[in-house]
Amino acid sequence: MQTKVENNKAWFLVMPVFLIVAFSAIIPLMTVVNYSVQDIFDPYTRYFVGTEWFKQVMLDSRLHEALLRQFIYSFTILIIEVPLGICVALMMPTKGRGASLALILVAIPLLIPWNVVGTIWQIFGRADIGLFGAFMSSIGVDYNYASDPTDAWLTVVLMDVWHWTPLVALLCYSGLRAIPEVYYQAARIDQASRWAVFRYIQLPKLTNVLIIGVLLRFMDSFMIYTEPFVLTGGGPGSSTTFLSQSLVQQAIGQFDLGPAAAFSLVYFLIILLVCWVFYTTIMNMQKDK
Amino acid sequence: MAWMSWTLPTALFFIGIAVILVGMTTWQLISPCVERRGFLPLATTRGDRLFIGLLSSAFIHLAFVALTDVNIAVATALCALWMIILMRWG
Repeated sequence: MQTKVENNKAWFLVMPVFLIVAFSAIIPLMTVVNYSVQDIFDPYTRYFVGTEWFKQVMLDSRLHEALLRQFIYSFTILIIEVPLGICVALMMPTKGRGASLALILVAIPLLIPWNVVGTIWQIFGRADIGLFGAFMSSIGVDYNYASDPTDAWLTVVLMDVWHWTPLVALLCYSGLRAIPEVYYQAARIDQASRWAVFRYIQLPKLTNVLIIGVLLRFMDSFMIYTEPFVLTGGGPGSSTTFLSQSLVQQAIGQFDLGPAAAFSLVYFLIILLVCWVFYTTIMNMQKDK
Repeated sequence: MAWMSWTLPTALFFIGIAVILVGMTTWQLISPCVERRGFLPLATTRGDRLFIGLLSSAFIHLAFVALTDVNIAVATALCALWMIILMRWG
């Protein structure tokens, strides 16, 4: 009888990934930590300032406002995109040419580069030449995303929903396709309603893909930069200035590398905390079942 | 390495993190841990408790920096105590 051999060879197979992550994430992160405690004038002139930048960042009211906007934005798009993605996945055909066509159509927004998405919506939302802007004007709504903060928010949220709901839908679609037919047969024998099938078969089986979907969408939306930057430039005023945009203004616009590094670390810790809370909560819910 | 703009405190910080990770890995190899429930409202492994401890310590330091003028060493000492409590009874 052949016994299973246990060794640590798998670690060598993971080494390339570890090296790539080290170069792309760990070393830059270490550099940011080093910058965050120094006042940097040029590559050769820098002074140790301790925790001064952290104090400045933590007490900066503009950053508090940007953080609040960021949370509101991320939770808004999650509340919309997750149920909508599930609904789209449930409505997509499962067999034949219709299934392939639906997959391609749903995936199209995901293939468009972020700055192009911003440009599309910039034109789409204009009252003079854009379809959405013209439609809003035609129904008597005084819509102008460039001057009204509510309209700017509506457009930024709609843009994200249009761009990223397909990701949630495709993840859910793959999750739904992985459910064995026997579950549905059992439900038919029990004469389960459509809602009961969804609630007790499909939704529990979708938990894993929804974990990935929620985490991906939260992290992506929390780091969003390009689309709002192209669409509204953070305005009107600073109504759609999110964290990453504030960070870029500080790091590249003003070249304040020290405060920007401290800001980046606080930003990183918040993302880490929220992702951990999400992940732990969802995993524990699964364990309790 | 000069391009990374190293300073002594940040170098010590990263050495500390590296020592903790190597130590925890060795500890795990010598005596593999079992998931258990302590005063935290969830079952955790030793690695989970380390992660929770490090993350909460980072926020404790940030709170000290933002809200008080107390020396940061006080926050570090408190965090060390918190880590011990968390690892033992968490």
